[in-house]
Order: sequence, then structure tokens, then C-alpha cells
Amino acid sequence: MSSLIPEWENNPVLNVEHLTMKFGGLTAIDNLSFVAGRGDITALIGPNGAGKTTVFNCLTGFYKPTEGMVTLTQRGGESFLLERLEEHRICYKAKVARTFQNIRLFSNMTVLENLLVAQHNKLMLASYFTIGGIFGLPHFREAEKRAIEKAAYWLDKIGIIDRADTAAGDLPYGDQRRLEIARAMCTGPELLCLDEPAAGLNPRESHDLNQLLLNIRDEENISILLIEHDMSVVMGISDHIVVLDYGVKISDGTPEFIRNDPNVIAAYLGVEEDELEQESGS
Amino acid sequence: MSSMKTSNDSLLKAALKDAFFSALLTLVLTSLILGVKIVDINTGLKLEPRFWLAGLAVALVFVGRFALHMFWWSRKPRQTAEKKPARSLFPKIPNFGKYAAPVLVFAAIALPFMPFSDRYIIDLFILILTYVMLGWGLNIVVGYAGLLDLGYVAFYAVGAYSFALLATYFDLTFWECLPLAGLLAATWGVILGFPVLRLRGDYLAIVTLAFGEIIRIVLLNWYSFTGGPDGISGIPRPSFFGLEFKRFGEGTFAQFFGLEFSSIHRIIFLYYVILTLALITAAVTIRLRNLPIGRAWEALREDQIACSSLGINTTTTKLTAFAMGAMFGGFAGSFFAARQGFISPESFTFIESAIILAIVVLGGMGSQIGIVIASVALIGGFEVFREFEQYRMLIFGGAMVVIMVWRPRGLITTRHPSVRLHPPDGPKAATARETAS
Amino acid sequence: MEYFLQQLINGVTLGSIYGLIAIGYTMVYGIIGMINFAHGDIFMVGTFISLIVFMGLVALGITSVPLALLIVLIISMIVTASYGWTVERLAYRPLRGSFRLAPLITAIGMSIVLQNYIQVTQGARNRPLQPVITGGFQFFEDSEFVVNLSNMQILIIVTTVVLMIAFSLLISKTPLGRSQRACEQDSKMASLLGINVDRTISLTFVMGAALASVAGFMYLLYYGVIDFYIGFVVGIKAFTAAVLGGIGSLPGAMLGGLLIGLIETFWSAYFTIEYKDVAAFYMLALVLIFLPSGLLGRSEVEKV
Repeated sequence: MSSLIPEWENNPVLNVEHLTMKFGGLTAIDNLSFVAGRGDITALIGPNGAGKTTVFNCLTGFYKPTEGMVTLTQRGGESFLLERLEEHRICYKAKVARTFQNIRLFSNMTVLENLLVAQHNKLMLASYFTIGGIFGLPHFREAEKRAIEKAAYWLDKIGIIDRADTAAGDLPYGDQRRLEIARAMCTGPELLCLDEPAAGLNPRESHDLNQLLLNIRDEENISILLIEHDMSVVMGISDHIVVLDYGVKISDGTPEFIRNDPNVIAAYLGVEEDELEQESGS
Repeated sequence: MSSMKTSNDSLLKAALKDAFFSALLTLVLTSLILGVKIVDINTGLKLEPRFWLAGLAVALVFVGRFALHMFWWSRKPRQTAEKKPARSLFPKIPNFGKYAAPVLVFAAIALPFMPFSDRYIIDLFILILTYVMLGWGLNIVVGYAGLLDLGYVAFYAVGAYSFALLATYFDLTFWECLPLAGLLAATWGVILGFPVLRLRGDYLAIVTLAFGEIIRIVLLNWYSFTGGPDGISGIPRPSFFGLEFKRFGEGTFAQFFGLEFSSIHRIIFLYYVILTLALITAAVTIRLRNLPIGRAWEALREDQIACSSLGINTTTTKLTAFAMGAMFGGFAGSFFAARQGFISPESFTFIESAIILAIVVLGGMGSQIGIVIASVALIGGFEVFREFEQYRMLIFGGAMVVIMVWRPRGLITTRHPSVRLHPPDGPKAATARETAS
Repeated sequence: MEYFLQQLINGVTLGSIYGLIAIGYTMVYGIIGMINFAHGDIFMVGTFISLIVFMGLVALGITSVPLALLIVLIISMIVTASYGWTVERLAYRPLRGSFRLAPLITAIGMSIVLQNYIQVTQGARNRPLQPVITGGFQFFEDSEFVVNLSNMQILIIVTTVVLMIAFSLLISKTPLGRSQRACEQDSKMASLLGINVDRTISLTFVMGAALASVAGFMYLLYYGVIDFYIGFVVGIKAFTAAVLGGIGSLPGAMLGGLLIGLIETFWSAYFTIEYKDVAAFYMLALVLIFLPSGLLGRSEVEKV
């Protein structure tokens, strides 16, 4: 580490402070604080049951945290306290988009429709809450055209533009994963939260995913927070890693730092320890 | 040869065994209900045996099961519902809906002038069209938004009573009341919907059922306002731009057009009113479906959690679906009141909700044409069995079960995308097919 | 005070009947997650079978009341249970694993079929039965309002308690109960472990229908009049009871039944009898909105 204050502290997009989540007597997350830097890929890792998805659910409003504060600061300087926002407002106002561990596409709707649903709020405004849309006002048609262009842009990027009119559920698994990311991107987020995007992908698809995520970070300038088990993804692309175990943060730093942290190695005893060592070796 | 024989033997054995047990079950089921009848006599009740009926049922089941086993199931491997692929009813005709719709509309417009169209036929089609309209209205709620509403009849009732009460208390005409009735029904949709829409599927169904019953019971017991079980009579009939369908008096329809008075004029007029209302319903729903709100409804049906993660306010989206559905129910209700001239709570029982829902689900959720087919089949079929008055509900219920088991996803299952990137038969689609294969 | 006590007794009696029907709803919902809409009508079929068997016994000249009651109960349970089994086999099993709304539609269809089957075969008129069990105890005889506790009410409450205990033992102690609970937790896993899931589900319907037939018999004896339509409203109230108690929970169904019985009785006694069904329906809506997991149900943490 070159300086004492890590880079991400300077310009955070997400600041989680003292986050605690209890289900009845069970404490899933205990006093967790971390920062995700703007323009970074921040990874949240940890063994199974460490509370990673619970953190995501708290950030995206699916759960209301028992205690703590989650601040999202947008590029323009406006900031939002996510724990106080309703679920849909977190996406709409604070501009946090997410994907799910078990893919949640609208599987009977086409690929294109999936991406248009993601631009719902913008299109609703453009259709003057449907009334203008019914009469087909030019203003709305224009907006719809732009929305379709945006969708086409992302379909092109993930390489399934030819299948735009197929039902999303008919796509191969890997395409569905990437479509879910594209759909989240179509909401125009400041922060993209990905819940195990590489789960179930083969090495080639996993590599493509890495490229897509790097592209989102570098060309779209979107910050990414991701949960991942696949160490090749985590170590390969993350700028910053936060390690959870039993709901407590046990380490926080650059991939380099994490790799050599004895706490992490202890938590990952077993198969995953080997994986870590292999990674550091390569 | 011998193996063939053994397989035949074992088939026969299995068929006999199954037929025997089915017959035994039928005996248990029917001997007390079919086999004896409670009859009224002077001193109270008496049991009257008619064992032949139960015997007949048992024999029928035995023969039927046996025949099914020997000649039907033995040829075809039995499939279970989950393995059955959803196939279209009309696989041979591409874009069935695209061609069927104009043909159906044209046929509907021409119907009153067909040689075979008498008063009875037109009346029947008025009834069918009312259900088509109700089906299309409920389709927004159930087919698009995926909200299971078992109390849709409540909005039908609100529409009918709004018109009837406004007309009798304030002397308003049908055409003045129609928008008000729709508005009131939509308002009720929002009021009832707001607290319950966050419930999950079947809980929502039961609560909507409860609301439907509450409205009916209130109508039944609020004697001073709604007339209670006596209902409201003398509801004014709709006029044709101010021209009334009366035999005598000034400004009647027949007089204005120099026609001989005939009561069928009014029937034909009512037919066109409901046809117009139904077509407006269809046009609005088709339009809505291709708008962001319609896509949001469908997305909601597919995955609610994903919807809110994409910034869609699920509550308001559900409420709009509920209100839209309720509004069309209200329109249909007003029409019903205007056509009957008399309404009472008896017309708005749970069974009406069940029929409308059955039309939507049997038609294939979300399919407009499917709803037309289901309405014609169910309501028309219902009329066919008019002579067997007491059996027709029995047959109706049985048909619901059989059709559902036969096609769990309804008659028409194809879904047309609300928007396309590649035109269906353009060059890009061809390349898409190539890459896909 | 005396009036209140009387209503309490009536409410508990009615609640026992609701509770027994509610068990059928709660078990089926627990195991296959569907509202068995036809269950109320199964109950109604039970009342008719009880009436017919009872009249048959009278015609055959059996005069010993306890013996007659026992025979009626047994035959009625067997026949009604067969109806429960058949409904499941015909209308629900072919749709297992299918589209979510499909079984609900067939359930509504089955409910229509059963109602009209009884209407067609037994007529649409009310069917009365003379009181069979008479007598009882009276309290506060010197006050203005005499409180009655009839033998009939005692019989209903005692039968319900006995059945509940027997049934709880069946579910918690026997292999059948174990496989039933296993299917409730995870039917796929249960089938991998060699449990015949179809059979277990069938048995659930059979048990639910048998309990409903007991409820039907007691309803017949208590009210003395039945018609083909009673299943609908009683069914909805029993379902409300199941939800109120926490769907999937057997003690919950019983508790919910008692509460709904009490609410209905007190509402009729102190407010208006015309709106007693409205009270039950409001109760249903309120419970679902504010307490969707019920009194004794476990609240589920939704996962994504």
C-alpha cells in the first residue's frame, strides 16, 4: 500500500457505516462498515453464509437494516440514505441497480422487452403517465425510439442483439446472466451491484464476463460492487476487496493485501485456501 | 407371439383391476347420494330409493375405465401436465390472431343483418359480448398483471348500481352515467386494491373474493338505499342520440327514421352499444399493452422482486391494473343495468366472478382472441344446455375442470411481443434464425 | 354477564366446527400450497351423507341414539373421505407442477360440480332434521337470563377435543404423519428419500375430508337444517380461521376456528345478524393485511 489512506476513501460512491441486520435472534451482519470507491470494482467475498447477500439486500432495500447507515453519493454530489428509501426508489432516485443470485429475468417476455422494462420510469414520464402514450404523441415515440436504441446498444455489447425478440427464458444460461447485467445497466445506475455474476459460467463465459465488467467500469464509468465466489473473477478485476465472515468484516484492502492477509487465509481454510494460493502463485 | 399374449393378458388384468376399483369407488361415492333421494312428504322427509341410478353410474364407470385402459391409454404413453409442452391450438395458421381479429370484428358487425339472426340470437350475442368485455377487463388484472382477482363481480355490481341509482335518484341518462359508473368502479378498485395488493397470489384471491361478497351483502341489506333483495327496477334504457325506442310518443327512433316500430330495433341498438364498448375495451387494452405501463404489468406478473429492483413502483403499477380492470367492469355493469332495466344483488354472486375468471384462464391468460373463443364456448354452451336447466351448472363446472386439465395454460398460449427490434419477417430475423440454429 | 356467557358457549361450539374444517384447508395448503376451494363443499357433502344415513337408520328401525350416531359418523367419514380423495385425483393431481392458477380454477370448477351434484340429486330445498340430542344443563336459573349448555354442545366440544388430540398424535407420532410433514417441508427431497408423495398428498385430502365430514355431521345435528349452498360460506369462514391461526399450523387452525366462531357469535349477538358474514369477511381481510403469517404460523423471511 503506497499511502496510509486508501484511494477509495477519497471519493466514495457508497459508504456503509455500522450496518447490522438481525433476523429474530440471529445476527446476519454485525456492525459492518466499508467504503466503495467511485469508478472501482469493489468485491465482497466470504465463505458461504457470511452474510454477503444480506448486505446486498440491505443496500438495495429488500431488507430494512436493523441498525446502521448506508450513504450513496452520486457523481453530481447529491447523496441518499439508502436505508430510508423504498425499494424501487433506491433504483429510481439513488440509482443503484442490482442483479440476483438466482437469475430473475422476465422469462416470458422478450429480451428487448426486458431491457425496456428497465427504462420504465423514463418512458412513463415521456408518455405523460400513459395518457400521452395512448394517443401516440410524437414526444413519446421519440423517447421510445431512444429507449430501444439504448437497449440495442447493450444487446450489441453483450453479443445477443440477434436474439432480441426471443423470450428471455429461452436464452442459454450464460446469456441470461449477461442479459440481467445489461438490464440493470439500462436503468442508468451510478452503482451496479452484482450478486455472483459468474456463478455457473464456464471459463470462457467467465472470461467474457470479466471483459464486460471491466468495460462497464472503464468505458461507462460505473462503479461496481460484486459478490463473487469465483476467485479468478475477484482477483482478476477487483480494485478493492472486503472480506466477510459470519457477518463480521475480517479484512479490507487491495487484492494484493487480501491475498496475504492471515485472517483471510484462516477463514478460507480448506479448498478455498488452495484456490487463494494458486491465485497468488499465478 | 407368447410375449405379445402375456402383455395382452397383463393389460387385460390391469384394465380389469383398475375398472373394478374405479367402480368400487363410484359405488361408495354414489350409493348414498344418487342411490337415495330425500323427498318431502306431509309429515316431513322420507328417503326414496333409486338404486338403479347409482348402479348405472357404477356400470358406466366400469365400462368407461375398462375401455380407456384397453383402447386408449395402452396406445399412448400417458403424459403428465408438466411434461406436456405448451402448444398452440392453431399451429398451422401463422399469426392466427392477426387474421382472426378483423374477421371476427366484421362478423360481429354484420351479425344483426344475417338471415338467421332473430331476437334470440342477438340477445344471446349481447350476453356473450358482455362477458367478452368483462373478460377483457379482467384480463388486464389477471392475464397481464398476474393478480388473481376472485371478486371482479364487485366492480360489475358497482357499475350497475351506480347507473341504476344515479338514474333513479338524479334522473341522469345512460350516456351521462356511463363515464361516472366507470370512474366510480375504478375508484372502488383503488380503494379496495390499496390495502390488499401487497398480498401474495392466492391470499389476494381470497381477499378479493371476500370484498366481492361484502359488497353484495351490503347491497342486499341496505334496504333504504339499494332496495335490498328487491333490487332496483325501472332503470331507463339508453337512447340513440336522444331518440328513444318507444312505440308511442314524440322523438322516437322509429318515427325519426320513418320506420315501422319494432321491438327488435332496441335489441339491435343494444347489440351495437355493447359491441362498441367491447371494441373500445379491446382497443384500449391492446394499446396499453404496448405502452410502458403494459410492459410493467407483464413484468410484474413475471417477477415482482425484479420489478422493484428496476425502480418500478409495484404498488402503483398494480393499482393502475386494478383500476383499469375495475373501470371496464363498471362500464359493463352499467350496460347490464341498462339492458335489463332491473338489477338485484342476485346477479352479482361469486359464481359470476368465477365464470369471468374461467373465461380469462381458459382463453389463455393475456390472449384477447382466446377470451372471445372461451366466452362463446362457455356462455354459448351454457345456452345450448338451457333445456337441461338444472344440469347446466353441473356441466359447466365439469367443463371447467376438464378443459383446465386438458390445457392448463388455456386455449391460446402464444404471446406476441409488445415491441420488436427486428421486424418478424425481415432479413435480420432470418439471420437471427440462422445464428440461433 | 349471563348473556355474554351464553354467547361464549355458542361461539365455542360454532368455532369447534369451523376449526375441524379449517384443518383440512391448513393441511392441504401446507403440503401443496393451494387453497382447496372445494373443501367447503366436501363439508356440505358430508352433511348430506350424514342426513341420509341417519334417515336410513331410522327407517331401518335402529332406535339406540348412541349406536346410530356412531354408525352415521363412520359411514359419513368413509364416504366423504372418498369424495376428498376423488376430487384430488381428478382435479388436482393431473395439474401438479403446472401453472399456478390452474389448480385454483379446477378447484372452483369442482366446487361448482359438487354443489350442483347435490342440488340435482337431492333437491334445492332446505333439508331439516328433528333434534336428535336434547336436554342439557341450565345455569343462573334464578336470574333474568338463563344460560343453556345443551348436551349437543357438550358433544360437539368433546368430540372436537378428542379428535384434535387423536389427530395431533397421528401427525406427530406415526410414520404417516412423518411423511406428511416431510412432504410439507420439501416434497422433492421427500420423494428422493422414498416417500410416496402422491400417496401422502392423497391421504392429506382424505384426512381433511374425514374431519370435514365430522364437522358436517355436527353442523347437521346442531343447526338441524342444511342445503346444498352451505359449503361456500362455511368454507370461507373456515379458511379465514386457518389463515388467522397461521396457515400450515394445526393448533393454529383450531385456535382460528374458535376465534372466528366467537367473533361471528358475538357480532350477531351484539350488533346485526345480517352482517355477520361481513364481519367474518372483514376479519379475513384484516388478518391477511396485518398478520399474514397468522397467530401461530411462522413468518417466512423471503429470500432472493
